[in-house]
Amino acid sequence: MFRVIASKMIVPNMHLLTLAAPAVAREAKPGQFVILRAEEEGERVPLSLSDWDAQSGTITVVFMSIGSTTGRLALLAPGASIPTVVGPLGNATEIENYGTVVCVCGCYGIGSIFPIARALKRKGNRIITIMEARSSYLFYWDERLEAISDKMIHITRDGSKGHRGHAGRLPEILRGLEEPVDRIIANGCTFLMKRTSDETRPLGIKTMVSLNPIMIDGTGMCGVCRVTVGSVTRFACVHGPDFDAHQVDWEELLQRRKTYMQEEVVPLRTSRCEERHLRSQEKSHE
Amino acid sequence: MSEGEKKQLDLKRREMPKQPPEVRRYNFSEVALGYTPELAIEEAKRCIQCKKPSCIANCPVEINIPGFLKKVAEGDFVGGIRVLKDKNCLPAVCGRVCPQEEQCEKTCVFHKKGGQIAIGRIERFLADWEAQQSESEMPDMPPRSGRKVAIVGGGPAGLTVAGDLIKFGHEVTVFEALHKMGGVLVYGIPEFRLPKAIVNREVEYLRKLGVELVTDFVVGKTRTIDSILEEYDAVFVGSGAGLPWFMEIPGENLNGVYSANEYLTRLNLMKGFLFPKYHTPVKSHRKVAVVGGGNVAMDCARSALRLGAESRIIYRRSREELPARLEEVENAEEEGVIFDFLTLPLRYIGDENGWVKAIECQKMELGEPDASGRRKPIPIEGSEVIYPLDAVVCAIGNSPNPLIGATTPGLKIGKKGNIEADEKTGATSREKIWAGGDVVTGAATVILAMGAGRFAARSIHEYLSSL
Repeated sequence: MFRVIASKMIVPNMHLLTLAAPAVAREAKPGQFVILRAEEEGERVPLSLSDWDAQSGTITVVFMSIGSTTGRLALLAPGASIPTVVGPLGNATEIENYGTVVCVCGCYGIGSIFPIARALKRKGNRIITIMEARSSYLFYWDERLEAISDKMIHITRDGSKGHRGHAGRLPEILRGLEEPVDRIIANGCTFLMKRTSDETRPLGIKTMVSLNPIMIDGTGMCGVCRVTVGSVTRFACVHGPDFDAHQVDWEELLQRRKTYMQEEVVPLRTSRCEERHLRSQEKSHE
Repeated sequence: MSEGEKKQLDLKRREMPKQPPEVRRYNFSEVALGYTPELAIEEAKRCIQCKKPSCIANCPVEINIPGFLKKVAEGDFVGGIRVLKDKNCLPAVCGRVCPQEEQCEKTCVFHKKGGQIAIGRIERFLADWEAQQSESEMPDMPPRSGRKVAIVGGGPAGLTVAGDLIKFGHEVTVFEALHKMGGVLVYGIPEFRLPKAIVNREVEYLRKLGVELVTDFVVGKTRTIDSILEEYDAVFVGSGAGLPWFMEIPGENLNGVYSANEYLTRLNLMKGFLFPKYHTPVKSHRKVAVVGGGNVAMDCARSALRLGAESRIIYRRSREELPARLEEVENAEEEGVIFDFLTLPLRYIGDENGWVKAIECQKMELGEPDASGRRKPIPIEGSEVIYPLDAVVCAIGNSPNPLIGATTPGLKIGKKGNIEADEKTGATSREKIWAGGDVVTGAATVILAMGAGRFAARSIHEYLSSL
């Protein structure tokens, strides 16, 4: 069992969870992920690592409460335990001295890009962080990112902070920078990453994304996370999760992510009372 | 049979009661119900206790088969289980999923007349009988050696090595990547063929023997083998064949196209058939096609049936060449799985939302035998057919999982991605590292993996004793 050290909603619907997982914390690298199970009957969900501390043996993930499992994870209180934290999985993000790197992030990607940007900064890169959200109240970790960024840029849909709009504003923002950009890294929802990819392709700037398909085991065994990259089928869990954005078949990824949309709402419609009833029946049956 | 008494040879194999097909096709409970004590004794009594038994030689883990049959014939089930467990730490599993018809039962002297002793059924009976007793007997344990062995992978190979080495007196830790021990026994083989409670029982037995079981630990990721070797005297790698093959035909990434591993893992390990009580979702499909003809394909097709779908097997050769056990093929046929033999998928056809809606296949005919000795399927021009469906399960095989090879410098990897290991000892190109099971041979059977584990355990024990 893995103990919850900290749990809080950092902005509406966005949750931070710190767990005691010393073995994972010891090996974690930027860009890697873990798979969690919220309870014994739970499904396995992949979440990117947003931070870790090898010394205290803890890892931190940031996620949006969107379905039944993330809903359960969001309700965990410090001191509670969950049955599975496994990782670090996937390949680490390539960290080199590229020159100037633009980190585009939104949603849970603000959390997961933080350790990447930090490592890139330590490697000597100039870091320009572009955060995107519907509205200013959805930004978090501004200070943490600011501390390691040479420049911070915000985009909001409602114009409440920084540029008004969404990732479609990227070309003009990039043109407005006083320096050429050597690499772009985008973390966040599939839409943000796809749009970033679409906008940077004509600019010819190498763009890396951290893909987020459905996964089960996370070790290459089940193949549900397959994505087409450069017309070859790859498993995001073992070949990724980072891929060259301009090679990704985004339509396929978006379509595959919708596979269980219908089923995912079923547990939300089921009342937890009924569930408890079923469980007690099961126990007496055993 | 008492000595001196002349009896006519009894060639009638006692049938094992099963759930009738029309009932079992709607549930996930075990198909076979097992022998009663009376049936087990009757069947065991038929063994004539050959002076030179050929059954033992054909058992990958060298079980003293006539030995345990004799005990059962005498009604001494405690004695029987003792003989059985001396060589096999997973008897309830083997009694269910071993291909006995290809091994021990094939060389039984009664085989020619079709009356071979139902060794597997008696093995299964004994293991289940023991489980019903309040306490299972623990073997005498030797003094502790102080040596430590790490095992990578909690499947049949790894669990066998663990059971053997702990009984040799060594300290054993098993590292499993998933959240449950058992490997393919828990994620692959369905509940109706191997109830998970049985696997858990056998795993608990190992825990009671003192084996340390660590789940949620991906060796190669959470910790490398070299780092583990700083703390342990030897490592056994039994990480299995966990990399699914696809056909590499158009449309394979459409929604509704699964690897067998995904399909079975959702149902078995994650218990998706109990969704939403268990949270992993499973789709309700109407028409499912399973591509392939092995045991895994049968498992998928029979699972699809139980989830309420029309279920068909698409196989490019004929019934004769099916690699699955005959018993499983017959079970599938009885339950209503449709078989399309001599049929090769060409492409999957999707709808406007990216869901598979049909499969286009080509009919085949059999030509000359190929390298595998089976007659080679040859496409018939102009024979394309299209089947409407809403799901496809690709059950055409797996390669060894590459993770250990990729993270263990100096470990020799073969052309097919397998770890190269000595057939008799499991020794690899690196000192202190042994390997066995599917990661060495490519996808094979549970018992062959256990056999490889048995040999490796012996070799590891020799090495540890020499230190």
